[in-house]
Amino acid sequence: MGRWFISPWELRRRGVLGMNARNGAFIARYNPRRNYPLVDDKLQTKALALEAGIAVPELYGVIETQQQIKRLGKLLEGREDFVIKPAHGAGGDGILVITGRMGEGFRRANGKLMDLEGVAHHAANILSGMYSLGGQPDKAMIEYRVQFDPLFEKVSFQGVPDIRTVVYRGYPVMAMVRLPTREADGKANLHQGAVGAGVDMGTGETLRGVWHNRVIDQHPDTGAPISGIPIPDWSRLLRLAAHCYDLTDLGYLGVDVVLDRDQGPLILELNARPGLAIQIANDEGLAHRIAQVDQRLEALDQAEDAEARSRWAQERFARKD
Amino acid sequence: MKRFHLTLLVMALLITSLSVVYYKVTVLGFPLQPAQTVDNWVVEARVAFEPTGGAVTAQLVLPDNPPGYGILDENFISRGYGLTTARRGENREAHWTTRSASGRQVLYYRATVYELNRNGHDDAPYPGPVTVPDYGEPYHSAAMALLDDVRERSADITSFASVLVSELNAPTPSENAALFVQRDASDTDKVATTISLLAGARIPARMVHGITLTDWAREASPVTWLEVHNTREWIPINPHNGTTGYPNNFLLWWHGDTQPLNLERATSPQISFAVTRNIHDAIDVAEQRAQLMDSKLVEFSLFGLPVQTQNMYRVLLMVPVGALIIVLLRNIVGIQTFGTFMPVLIALSFRETQLLGGVVLFTLIVSLGLAIRFYMEHLKLLLVPRLAAVVIVVVMLMAAISILSHNLGIEQGLTLALFPMVILAMTIERMSIVWEEHSPQDAIKQGLGSLAVAAVSYLFMINRQLEHLIFVFPELLLIVLALTLLLGRYTGYRLTELVRFKALGKA
Repeated sequence: MGRWFISPWELRRRGVLGMNARNGAFIARYNPRRNYPLVDDKLQTKALALEAGIAVPELYGVIETQQQIKRLGKLLEGREDFVIKPAHGAGGDGILVITGRMGEGFRRANGKLMDLEGVAHHAANILSGMYSLGGQPDKAMIEYRVQFDPLFEKVSFQGVPDIRTVVYRGYPVMAMVRLPTREADGKANLHQGAVGAGVDMGTGETLRGVWHNRVIDQHPDTGAPISGIPIPDWSRLLRLAAHCYDLTDLGYLGVDVVLDRDQGPLILELNARPGLAIQIANDEGLAHRIAQVDQRLEALDQAEDAEARSRWAQERFARKD
Repeated sequence: MKRFHLTLLVMALLITSLSVVYYKVTVLGFPLQPAQTVDNWVVEARVAFEPTGGAVTAQLVLPDNPPGYGILDENFISRGYGLTTARRGENREAHWTTRSASGRQVLYYRATVYELNRNGHDDAPYPGPVTVPDYGEPYHSAAMALLDDVRERSADITSFASVLVSELNAPTPSENAALFVQRDASDTDKVATTISLLAGARIPARMVHGITLTDWAREASPVTWLEVHNTREWIPINPHNGTTGYPNNFLLWWHGDTQPLNLERATSPQISFAVTRNIHDAIDVAEQRAQLMDSKLVEFSLFGLPVQTQNMYRVLLMVPVGALIIVLLRNIVGIQTFGTFMPVLIALSFRETQLLGGVVLFTLIVSLGLAIRFYMEHLKLLLVPRLAAVVIVVVMLMAAISILSHNLGIEQGLTLALFPMVILAMTIERMSIVWEEHSPQDAIKQGLGSLAVAAVSYLFMINRQLEHLIFVFPELLLIVLALTLLLGRYTGYRLTELVRFKALGKA
């Protein structure tokens, strides 16, 4: 180690994708702007996924006007736990997770209590566009809180761990598990302080973790080892991710999947500008894998279906030790 | 293909920009340095006479395309006189006429001239060889002998004339030359003699008169000079020693063996020349020059705008430079800022507050605003009213700081009013969201990033040389545009990514 930076030649050799290359060479090229609303509006994503028979967390209700906020109490009647999030949120901002009720109050994922007024204020903030891209007025979604699989229990602090897969032109190329930490306030976003763990594309087993751009082997809150956790149904999960490309036609796509204890993998959201930290978690750059997909597509006469794509990717990008 | 397209576009922008700049610098003489001045001379001919009754006509020769100089501006001060200018022979003349005049009359001609290039000569076409005059004996034989002698000692027309002049001016002239030399001859007579001798060798020569431009010369007397045509151009020759060239700062006024002033029905003519030196802003001179040259390029330029608008554009034209700096710092270095161009606006307000004061005031306002914004979080306000509340608080804070600092005698606090308060309010709002949603470190990091970017763009934007260049040559913005377009296609790593991805290096 010793050095506090890495040379650009070394980065290139490792095939690391930089922000400029991601924006200029891939997002601008393969993600047509008109398709952005499909993923930026989580309501649309949800509808698309349901149409294609892909499982998503159940939608309890949508708040579109300030008037509806007044009826929030009624809307939430009988719901013990739920999630309120902005339909156009970015980077995990504005997501409120309620895990249970306590008399008049709601218990948040971090254990703090919140009264109905607080929940309503949060919804009002969402509607006024505080969390949306560009600040335009937004809608608030109330949906099923994922009962996450005990699989990652030891390596997450509250919140819901999710699995992010980068899908390039329909082929899943890299994946990581995002583990919430105390610092991230139960959220699974790396730049908010969550831990990212690389995933072996072949077996679905977790690799080392990365936290604040540093490599770690144990979860910072629980101390449990991060690597070696097998994700069940890995092939199915990859197929699901590959399928999302068909829904959105975005060539550079991030697919966020959560594992529900009862319902199995659910698509949480799609992202047209997935971050680059996944490369650190996997200790490998994206560029080489992307190049292999490009080669594959050039060699093919006709497009493959999601099943074939994910199978090829699983085999090709398996970790060879 | 796309790459090629961009390259072509960038090349086109660069070439357009540079060629316009080149034209403006070399042909129109726009200065590359700020506050550059050029020498200007105001020359004045004062004509005085006594009318004898009846319609008076005064004819004064005027300088016309004097070699080495350009005339920027000329005017005539002659109340009650009709004025026409006309050419007569090689000279340009002013004709003043009036039906009746009484008492001593004084007329003025005034011209502003600037130096064009030092070694300019009149390149009028060759008038052809002149006929040999008949000098009459014994002069003819002496002239021929003298000319033969000179011809043997010279190589071409110019050196022939030089040798002849020095021969005539020698302290002890040869026998043949002595015949033509009169001890007390005036310059005009000397030159006339030389011209007539040169005609013996069929060389066209002429007499010119001009004045020497020296500062504050109230009574500049005209200097007579000799010119010979070497078949390409008129070569000036010193009639006293035969060396070529005009005297220093010589403004050629008229040609030929004529008086500068001719009068009808007037007596006791008097003419005097005066010179004053004038230092002008180089830009003014270039502008006037462009007008004389009828250059559309300058007519439709920023200099045509009212001064206040010009001063505004001096600032506005620097914004693209600031934007380029932002692009560099964000996409090449990778510094995070609040809002894409917020730092440019902050940098603009730094112009008034100076850097240190600006940074201190900005930090002060944003920190106080943040504190109040966190308090407002408890009030659970809707977004727009909350933003409005932050704007109101920011304005009050600004006023309070100004009053406080004024009372403390720190005048810098007064310039605070120029901070873009809405931008400040938005910054506070964004910063508080990042603070809560991400982490205080992130918020502070981005805040410092914005401040650093603002400071760097400020330093570029106040560079006097840069400001001068952009304002005088706004076409340089095309280069800024070209660079921005090029940077738009940069897909390499950002400097900060070298640190961010360091974990990928060999452990």
